[in-house]
Amino acid sequence: MDAAFQDALKQAATINVPTAHPRLPGPFGAEPIIRTRSLGKSYPKGPAVFAGVHLDIRADQRVALIGSNGAGKSTLLKCLIGLLPSSEGEIMTLGESFHAAPTAAQLQRLRRQIGFVFQNHGLVSRQSVLTNVIQGKLGLPGSWRAWHQSLADQAWREEAMQVLAEVRLADKARARADELSGGQAQRVAIARALIRKPRLLIADEPAASLDPAVGRDIMQIFSDLAREHGITLVYTTHDMQHALDYSDRIIALKAGKVFFDAPTGDVSLRDMDGVFHA
Amino acid sequence: MVSSMHSPSLPARLPSISPISFTLLVVVAAAFLASIGQVAPSPERLAAGAPRMAELVGRMMPPNTDPAFMQRMFWRIVETFQIALVGTVFGVIISLPTAWFAARGISPLGPFRHLVKAIISLFRTVPDLVWALLFVSTLGLGAVAGTMTIVVDTIGFCGRFFAESMEEADKKPQEALQAIGANRVAVLCGAILPDVMPSLINSSLFALEKAVRASVVLGLVGAGGIGQELKVAFDLFQYRNASAIILAIFAIVLVMEFFTDRLRAKFQ
Repeated sequence: MDAAFQDALKQAATINVPTAHPRLPGPFGAEPIIRTRSLGKSYPKGPAVFAGVHLDIRADQRVALIGSNGAGKSTLLKCLIGLLPSSEGEIMTLGESFHAAPTAAQLQRLRRQIGFVFQNHGLVSRQSVLTNVIQGKLGLPGSWRAWHQSLADQAWREEAMQVLAEVRLADKARARADELSGGQAQRVAIARALIRKPRLLIADEPAASLDPAVGRDIMQIFSDLAREHGITLVYTTHDMQHALDYSDRIIALKAGKVFFDAPTGDVSLRDMDGVFHA
Repeated sequence: MVSSMHSPSLPARLPSISPISFTLLVVVAAAFLASIGQVAPSPERLAAGAPRMAELVGRMMPPNTDPAFMQRMFWRIVETFQIALVGTVFGVIISLPTAWFAARGISPLGPFRHLVKAIISLFRTVPDLVWALLFVSTLGLGAVAGTMTIVVDTIGFCGRFFAESMEEADKKPQEALQAIGANRVAVLCGAILPDVMPSLINSSLFALEKAVRASVVLGLVGAGGIGQELKVAFDLFQYRNASAIILAIFAIVLVMEFFTDRLRAKFQ
């Protein structure tokens, strides 16, 4: 297996980095929390969304996945955690190795260790903020009482208040989710992900629908909480400044390939500009 | 000066109609005209019936207010409400899982949801008086047959509307909960039901209104309630009793609509 990985890594070096582009440092660090080899995804009768993706994401890293619309960022994110089956290659996420898709048992184990934040926050609009946060416990063992805060264990209710305090929304616990602003709703979504005590936090365009100031605030909260709790953070973004300010590493996708994969300090705006332009 | 430029063609006043649509329209119009001659009342017949209607109304006046009759009628009204309320509550409770099983995209039964949908359609399309006749034949005369009729009628009504509401529920919270491994029941209770609750309450209140109106007439076939008194009054030519019962039915439906309207406004 290791020999195959070595071969795949050599192949990746030729596939992922265009010769015309300055070569940036590749994967680094040990103990990857996510590892992929020759990962590809395509739909029947359609072109490949991405192909030949080799990644090694180390625990505790904050990783920004950038690329233009249709570059395959969100699809890659979903494949990494088994929400979408890949078409080729291997994935190892949080110790679970799988090819196209994880088994039901693997998926269950993966989900217990992952927190999700979506662009549209996905809150239940007619429920209270507290209920929405406690619903983050759903899918964990003995979680049937997480449907509603009134049914939930007292310890979970207190835990929910703590994570709400961490995202500065403890005073909104009783408010209905549809009474919140976009930024507040996204902070509740972060709290809902944090209450799972995840090892890996996945966020798909978390600041895309927010105004610039609120977007920066959300990214700062993400970044701070991921560091504070020792969580690996992987997020997609269109915003080059967000990627530069709130990540340790940037992976750029372009036309279905890894365009570059480098520590944030080594990436310039010029490098990133190449991702979005021909 | 007339412009020599070519002007765009003026749209037709009426949309064009295909030959098939035109043929269908002609067939429907012909069926309507043919039916008028057979089932619609002629002016002569209406004119002949008017004095008899006036005479009947005269014999109904004044409505009977005898205390013993009023007391009997009061308990029949209570029974009518009981039939409607118990039948609707049981019907709504059964409709919730039934609608979930039938709803497109969220049913845990896969293609077998069509079977559940067909059962709901059967419950809805067979008229309540037919269900009442069936239950009177199997369970005997009285309120129990009426209650069972309302249960089946409510499942037919609420099953359909609950399922449609569930299908239209916001998908994003459902996806968010599915992504963290919430099972189907958790997604239903945690995301779908809270989202569609106003619609469920609305449909349930309409079902209750409908049940009150239905339970009034179920008595005509022996399924209990105030309708049974109405049938007896007409059978025995006790028209003053009949008018009192008709006024009571009017009051019941009016009061019911008043309260359900207020409840609907509260839950929007």
